[in-house]
Amino acid sequence: MLAYIARRILASVPVLVVVALFVFLLLRLTPGDPAAIIAGDMATPEQLDRIRTSLGLNEPLVTQFVTWSGQLLSGDFGRSLISRTPVLTLIGQRLEPTLSLALMTMLFTLVLSIPMGVIAAWRHGSLTDNAVMAISVLGFSIPVFVTGYILIQLFAIDLRLFPVQGFRSIGDGLGPFLARIVLPALTLATIYIALIARMTRAAMLNVLDEDYIRTARAKGLSERIVLFRHALRNAAVPILTVIGTGFALMISGVVVTESVFNIPGLGRLTVDAILARDYPVIQALILLTSGIYVVINLLIDISYAFMDPRIRY
Amino acid sequence: MSAAENPSPRTDDVLVVEDLFVETTGRNPARILGGVSLRVAAGETVCLVGESGSGKSVTSLATMGLLPKGALAVRSGRILVEGEDVLTVKTSRLRQLRATRMSMIFQEPMTALNPVLTIERQLEEVLSAHSRMDNKERRNRIRSILELVKLPDVERMCRSYPHQLSGGQRQRVMIAMALVLEPKLLIADEPTTALDVTTQKEILKLIAEIQERLGTSVLFITHDMGVVADIADRVYVMRHGEIVEQGPVGEILAEPKRDYTRDLLGSVPALHPREARPSASREIVLSTSELGMVYGQSSFLRKREGTVAAKDVDLTLTRGRTLGVVGESGSGKSTVARCVMRLIEPTEGSIRLRGEEIAGLSRHALRPMRKRIQMVFQDPNRSLNPRLTVRDSITEGPINYGAAPKAARERARELLELVGLPADAIDRHPHQFSGGQRQRIAIARALAMEPDVLVADEAVSALDVSVQAQVLDLFDDIQTRLGIALLFITHDLRVAAQICDEVAVMQNGRIVEYGPTAEVLGNPREAYTRQLIEAAPGRHWDFPNFRPLAAPGGPGTVGAPA
Repeated sequence: MLAYIARRILASVPVLVVVALFVFLLLRLTPGDPAAIIAGDMATPEQLDRIRTSLGLNEPLVTQFVTWSGQLLSGDFGRSLISRTPVLTLIGQRLEPTLSLALMTMLFTLVLSIPMGVIAAWRHGSLTDNAVMAISVLGFSIPVFVTGYILIQLFAIDLRLFPVQGFRSIGDGLGPFLARIVLPALTLATIYIALIARMTRAAMLNVLDEDYIRTARAKGLSERIVLFRHALRNAAVPILTVIGTGFALMISGVVVTESVFNIPGLGRLTVDAILARDYPVIQALILLTSGIYVVINLLIDISYAFMDPRIRY
Repeated sequence: MSAAENPSPRTDDVLVVEDLFVETTGRNPARILGGVSLRVAAGETVCLVGESGSGKSVTSLATMGLLPKGALAVRSGRILVEGEDVLTVKTSRLRQLRATRMSMIFQEPMTALNPVLTIERQLEEVLSAHSRMDNKERRNRIRSILELVKLPDVERMCRSYPHQLSGGQRQRVMIAMALVLEPKLLIADEPTTALDVTTQKEILKLIAEIQERLGTSVLFITHDMGVVADIADRVYVMRHGEIVEQGPVGEILAEPKRDYTRDLLGSVPALHPREARPSASREIVLSTSELGMVYGQSSFLRKREGTVAAKDVDLTLTRGRTLGVVGESGSGKSTVARCVMRLIEPTEGSIRLRGEEIAGLSRHALRPMRKRIQMVFQDPNRSLNPRLTVRDSITEGPINYGAAPKAARERARELLELVGLPADAIDRHPHQFSGGQRQRIAIARALAMEPDVLVADEAVSALDVSVQAQVLDLFDDIQTRLGIALLFITHDLRVAAQICDEVAVMQNGRIVEYGPTAEVLGNPREAYTRQLIEAAPGRHWDFPNFRPLAAPGGPGTVGAPA
């Protein structure tokens, strides 16, 4: 098992190198002088020269890449062109809101969608099943911002249960943190609940037809054990895949939710950076998101091996 | 029920089924079981025989309360297990009865065990669901039952997952799981059908031994008359959801009263091998020499010993003849078929199709050769594309090879007639046919290419005996008419005896014995061939003639000493 995990980790290194190369070339190969792009229309020749030297643009590409990667490895991602703050600090400030939102969303999703899917499959064709499917279609088809505004109207404005928007760090106390994270997380979760409930239902329907489920019932086991010990574990691989990719996509898909609820997270940082052509920030964000993708994929692969003893690559 | 009067129930009956009616659910319920009555006495082995769709499995599933929910439901009747009606007890009581009073083992040991749980866990949960044993007691009980079913290295077994065991071992685990709480009734639904003959023999022996030791009653469901002859005390014959005949095994086999039973027994292929037909032609259409296939040989990145699936296989097939390749699973017979078809590329040796070497040919160079050799697969439910009409399935190949669509369609009609299907079958889809009919379509599809060689890979193994007999006749008929050569891959010695002129016995990837069928099966030289013949169930009974075979040594008797 350890050897397997080590192999998977090693296999993800090349992916990260390729991503780094791509990000590096993104700026260097953009048509025109990168220094001019960075400096903007109003730059003086001296400014351009300074930027060129600071980026090392006069060196050969290979040297530039080595220097740049070396800086990355030592944690130097450069400074924002706009605010002149180090990129790492900038991202650090925005990481907590986004991660909190993502994790809370995942929590809601898992707690709701998996039991929904399991029960729908168990009661295949019943009213419960149809209800779950209907909810899932709704979850897919309502745009995130609509869900967000409906939830705000209902729970924040009419019922006054939660603040309308904003974010508080968990360091400020659990109460204020939760009060502000519940609605955005639920909003973002609707689509994932829809997706994963459907996926769970489909995977469970397949597995429930298997001979070993009949065997389990013939052994006189309770339905709870049949469903969760025998069926769900066998249905786990496709479900995990969807959860993993869903979570990875979520990191970059939080923009709308963050805007609706006015949360100062990575999503908004990304949008701002792109609008302002703040290249160092964009580069760092791409690196970060792809890093997260790679790590999540690694975790999914490893979890497969735990779920299914037949998987040993 | 007049002809199949159930003997009046006695007090020591473990299972009594009375007048059981089962229907499909839904708006237009169809009758699946129409008044089935049967009983199983303490310690008795009762066989329930019938062809697919006769309702034998439904009867057993109803007894366990395992009818597929939302598809089948019991309409009326009683099922008494030791006097308790399982149709009226509460769900929780029914759950208690399972594994403690009645247990069931299934046909496919490959899929009946949960692939993600260890063997120990799967046994352990039976004990924790139904007993108050503590950890230590459970551990000991699990180990003793695994020893009882004669599994080697019990500690390792406990830690294993199902995919690490062979089919026979898995079925032993299933039996251990069913019997760990010593239920009074064991229902075995075709438990050996998916196993090799030698494994089948061992499993049947095991069930008999355990039965004697624990006094378990067995309701054994099978379609195999050979197995019935070997193990049954009493037999019920089912057809279309009804019991058509029942009685002690000797009576059923020797004096069947119903035509249906007589037909069923008459369809059992005799183990008596056919004489090789005089060959009209000397033309060799297919030959292999020193054919070998090694899987997973060491490559540039990984160093390892490959798995030898076939080695030094020399076969010769002449026009108009049938060559059988027999052996157990893993013997390499299917590998040989795939190499000959060039579905895979052999790692060694040569394959000559009408004198032309095809072993090393590229995909492109193979194309014109493909037409000359065609294949019929085991499972006609899966080998025909469900979305294509019969016409499309049959004409696709010839049209790919340049036939005019109109001519190909004409030819398809003729072929359907040749394989015994009505011409209007041409517009229908595979699901509208029975298994036997589908296999006929598959044969027509293969013949459409006008091949020189037809490879049949277990082509009748998935069919009921009566249908099997018809399809074997069809192969024979086609061969006489078209002079085609047949390479017939099978694990069933009875089938091989009936259809093959020559037979090659394979074991561990090698041919151990090869010659005319009459010689190889009638007077085997190799111990392995003898072992296979001896493992064939019901080999002491001459089914079509309703009598025991002449004492061993009689003329032409398979397995007779030389």
